[in-house]
Amino acid sequence: MTKDEIRGVIFRVLGKVAPEADLSTLKPNLRIRDQLDIDSMDLLNIVIALHQELNVEIPEADYSKLATLDDCIAYLETALRSR
Amino acid sequence: MTAGKLLRWRKNLGDRIQRGDIIADVETDKADIEIEVFTSGVIERFLVQPGEKVPVGTVLAIIQEEGKPSVAGAPPISVVRPTVPTPATPSVPAPAISELRAPSENISSRLRISPAAKKLAADVGIDPASIIGTGPGGRVTLEDIQRTQAKGAQAAAGVALDRASRMRQVIAAAMARSKREIPHYYLSTTIDMSRALTWLAQENLKRPVEDRLVYGALLLKAVALALRETPELNSVWMNGRAVQCADVHVGVAISLRGGGLVAPALKHTDHLSIDELMKNFRDLIQRARAGSLRSSELSDPTVTVTSLGEQGVEAVFGIIYPPQVALVGFGKVVERPWSSEGKIVSRPLITATLSADHRVSDGHRGGIFLSAVDRMLRDPEKL
Repeated sequence: MTKDEIRGVIFRVLGKVAPEADLSTLKPNLRIRDQLDIDSMDLLNIVIALHQELNVEIPEADYSKLATLDDCIAYLETALRSR
Repeated sequence: MTAGKLLRWRKNLGDRIQRGDIIADVETDKADIEIEVFTSGVIERFLVQPGEKVPVGTVLAIIQEEGKPSVAGAPPISVVRPTVPTPATPSVPAPAISELRAPSENISSRLRISPAAKKLAADVGIDPASIIGTGPGGRVTLEDIQRTQAKGAQAAAGVALDRASRMRQVIAAAMARSKREIPHYYLSTTIDMSRALTWLAQENLKRPVEDRLVYGALLLKAVALALRETPELNSVWMNGRAVQCADVHVGVAISLRGGGLVAPALKHTDHLSIDELMKNFRDLIQRARAGSLRSSELSDPTVTVTSLGEQGVEAVFGIIYPPQVALVGFGKVVERPWSSEGKIVSRPLITATLSADHRVSDGHRGGIFLSAVDRMLRDPEKL
């Protein structure tokens, strides 16, 4: 899966979890939580949706590695490659 | 909140309905809410029509209860009330109205539109057939699509602003009334969360991702169980006296991304297993943000819990939501030095606060409540 494809999946998931958020303004190197007003329940919903879309199980201990859009893409790229 | 506008009936005259069915949608200043019924029967008469704005408490319909004969002219056997308390939900932006027309037959075959306009319309999801073109021979131009798109955005912003400002007014009225009428007292305590968080981490390791818990679920359950020990805090102030509530329905303060908040009830919180509580908690948050709360969820909370820890707040001293008589706040979990068994150790700590109505309880009872919350969170496997 390419980076662009992973980014597309992440945007789709964010759009589902926070449909009222404006994803067009999302900065890739800033914390998603701060930009989209994401709380811990949203984060859990994101992790569940990523699991359903990509079949990647993200342990709770790795949540901090998903802080920014760039972080998410890098994390998922590695996870998908190592499967 | 004083009034609501009936948006639509979801049932027809003569329809058979069951207790718990949603039969109508009502718009209020703070939220669009779903009106549920608390009896089973047949809808005999609608007393309010879609589009009508009526005061809170107005009878909307008459339901003929099962097994009971209909009596013409008799008072309503069962009434549906637009119970309207807590806050709102972002409304769905209205589409642009100007320059739209009803689609007509075969219009697609006659539609004249420039390629650039056609592409933009497809990109932004506008049906070009619904626009009156201003180009030669009624041709739909790129400017027509751009103008329609801009008007749609303006209309959406206007609707959102209007709802947000009305919600602000309702919150302002409730909070001003609370501060004016309720003699608040405030208590706080620091709770060692190490056992709760360790238990949570171990639980989540064992669970499939869909069944993981968030620590907020533990806080809610601890509050619900502690209220059983201090039932005077699980009361409402009605007609000059406190009335203890038979059930514990914890109201959960949920912030809305467009601004404002709602605090719907997590019903029978003390009786829910932690898995049930988590499932209902997730569902409640999703529906609160999607604008599909039920009327009873907004009217039933017997106490409110607010947690601002994720915003970096260390302690919350909240304002009680009338007619409730208590509000519980939680701040963020912070790693701090803590004295345990004669040693200074680093522990994850949280500040729990209680805002309570001094007409109903005293600091002594409030202290017992916070102590019970502390005890519950130190024994997470029992939650």
